[in-house]
Amino acid sequence: MDAIILQILNGLDKGSAYALIALGLTLIFGTLGVVNFAHGALFMIGAFCAVTLQRILSLSTVTLSKTETNFLGQPAEIKTPYVESWFGPEAGAAIIDWSVPLAILFSIPVMIAIGFIMERGLIKHFYKRPHADQILVTFGLAIVLQEVIKYFYGANPIPTGAPEVFKGSFDFGVLLGFDPNAIIYPYWRLVYFGFSALIISAVFAFLQFTTFGMVVRAGMADRETVGLLGINIDKRFTIMFGLAAAVAGLAGVMYAPINSPNYHMGMDFLVLSFVVVVVGGMGSLPGAVLAGFMLGILESFASMNEIKSLIPGIDQIIIYVVAILILLTRPRGLMGRKGVMEE
Amino acid sequence: MFGLAKKDATLLLVVVGLTLLAPFILNPFPTDSAMAQFNAGYPDLMQRFVIFGIFAIGFNILFGLTGYLSFGHAAFLGVGSYSAVWMFKLLSMNVIPAIALSVVVAGLFSLLIGYVSLRRSGIYFSILTLAFAQMSFNLAYSVLTPITNGETGLQLTLNDPRVLGISQTADGSIPVTGLFGLEMRSTYTMDVGAWAFQFNVGYYLCAVALLVAFYLAIRIFRSPFGLMLRAVKSNQQRMNYTGLNTRPYTLAAFVISGMYAGLAGGLMASMDPLAGAERMQWTASGEVVLMTILGGAGTLIGPVLGAGFIKYFENIFSKINDNVLHGWFSFMPDGLENFVITIIHPFIGKGWHLTLGLLFMMVVIFLPGGLVEGGQRIATLFKRGKKDDDGADTSKAATPAE
Repeated sequence: MDAIILQILNGLDKGSAYALIALGLTLIFGTLGVVNFAHGALFMIGAFCAVTLQRILSLSTVTLSKTETNFLGQPAEIKTPYVESWFGPEAGAAIIDWSVPLAILFSIPVMIAIGFIMERGLIKHFYKRPHADQILVTFGLAIVLQEVIKYFYGANPIPTGAPEVFKGSFDFGVLLGFDPNAIIYPYWRLVYFGFSALIISAVFAFLQFTTFGMVVRAGMADRETVGLLGINIDKRFTIMFGLAAAVAGLAGVMYAPINSPNYHMGMDFLVLSFVVVVVGGMGSLPGAVLAGFMLGILESFASMNEIKSLIPGIDQIIIYVVAILILLTRPRGLMGRKGVMEE
Repeated sequence: MFGLAKKDATLLLVVVGLTLLAPFILNPFPTDSAMAQFNAGYPDLMQRFVIFGIFAIGFNILFGLTGYLSFGHAAFLGVGSYSAVWMFKLLSMNVIPAIALSVVVAGLFSLLIGYVSLRRSGIYFSILTLAFAQMSFNLAYSVLTPITNGETGLQLTLNDPRVLGISQTADGSIPVTGLFGLEMRSTYTMDVGAWAFQFNVGYYLCAVALLVAFYLAIRIFRSPFGLMLRAVKSNQQRMNYTGLNTRPYTLAAFVISGMYAGLAGGLMASMDPLAGAERMQWTASGEVVLMTILGGAGTLIGPVLGAGFIKYFENIFSKINDNVLHGWFSFMPDGLENFVITIIHPFIGKGWHLTLGLLFMMVVIFLPGGLVEGGQRIATLFKRGKKDDDGADTSKAATPAE
């Protein structure tokens, strides 16, 4: 029993990342009808927002120490970050420590701006072109974004720590009445899961309970009629694109402490997220979320030793096997609607 | 000639000329000159041109004709490489059985994957092929290690059985691949003045394979079968409504393109007898998509051009460094020189993928027909300039290479 709960928990953080990326992909596909292969790159840029903010906050003045010397016998350099000299040592250190959560605030405007530029500058011209062209041009864009990041940040992963409070793990099993040390779970992964649940519900609430969201949903169902009613649906869809970019970016920001950001992390997640979208059903938002968590948890179950010894290698391929089975038995995915992507 | 229309025969002859004379054409600069680094006429690179040309031609038979965008073609290339290396390990170092086996195995593998994947079209097909290819890649990396040798890659060893050959040569080293005693790596260097032209046995084997592959592609493009595939691309639904089952045709196209990929994989292993899982990764599949689109999907010569273009720039562009640039721009004043080099710097050397990505985006946005369409536009421009009254003919002649 405790093993099962542990695997479900382990699957949650990956599943959250899949669900968030897949949610953004589905939003873009459902509103604009564009298959965005650059969405993984947006996730990656989000993670690098966290890196950038951490670097900005750690900018320091260098002074030479009068008493201490380094191993060469010269005066040692003391680095004092600007934030520490501005806000006092304790508050400054706390700000640097909390740079990843702070990067959430930093990344939202950045990601929305990137989303707007992408949509207005490039994607807009591809509405009428075939899906293959959309895939190709966004694939090219993903390569470009990836290489730009690689140029500025290098090819190596950059460790980006979570705040000190959330480092380490806690004994989850004790809460549920199991033996101590049966279920150990890192704090940050729990934070990640809570955060993504929050974002997902925020997106759904936004679409469900606001007038703006209602118009967008109407536009998803029948774009032409909404346009004829005198509503500028294109503008709203552009905003939705920015929102989807922000969702991907936020997923990336919070993922940075789990996995040190490197320039190709977007591509790694993209392939799986597409599988998630297709399994969930193209254009279905709940389907994307459901499939994201489902595949994340399945993946962690498949990597249990008991299952691996039964079917060797299953942990490597489980997601693809499930995707193939679902596509062949339920062509529209788990919750896909009729008439979406069926030429 | 060979049952080809005059236009196609001319195209074939041009390709024959280009491939057979490649050691001359790709070596335009004297060996000692400053431009020598732009020479592509060395065996290793020429082999890669031709092998990826074959790969792209095969991919184009599927994507260019039927419009099915496969994101998992590298799997067939990888399977082909593995089977060729196994043939070298078990049977002999002769390349013929190795290549034959790799084509057959890749064909069977693509039959299996195609049978399942072709039940869906559009993006679902892309995802299915991607899923299968990633599955093969992950399996080759982990569980299938006894067959694929996992991360290290499959290599020849001194105690391979090699039933029809020798396990090791007299001096105790691993024998090299060859064709009835003709070693693949043997190269004849011809010195003409300041130039050194290299003629490599392996390259000419690949070149012959390319020519056969290209000839077959022309025949497929011009056959009723090819016409059927084009019909699938333009409107599959209508084809189905006329009571015709299109799946056997698309499956045949898929298997043919898989066999082309297997041939490319077999040749790759024949030139350098090792095979690694990274050849099956989806980025490798993405590369052949780039080549085909860049050259011009659906055209005969396009994929070959695209493959050559990408491989050339991958090798040559990435060798340009800041010192070379300083040499080029030394005529400018120092400040300007440094400024220009700072601007160009991100696009060269290690950053060449950035250039490739930008170029690829430009092509998809402005030239959906790829380099071939670009060439045609320029050609029409010149023709229009020459004789205005020939408008009807130019529109016909606008698709010579198609």
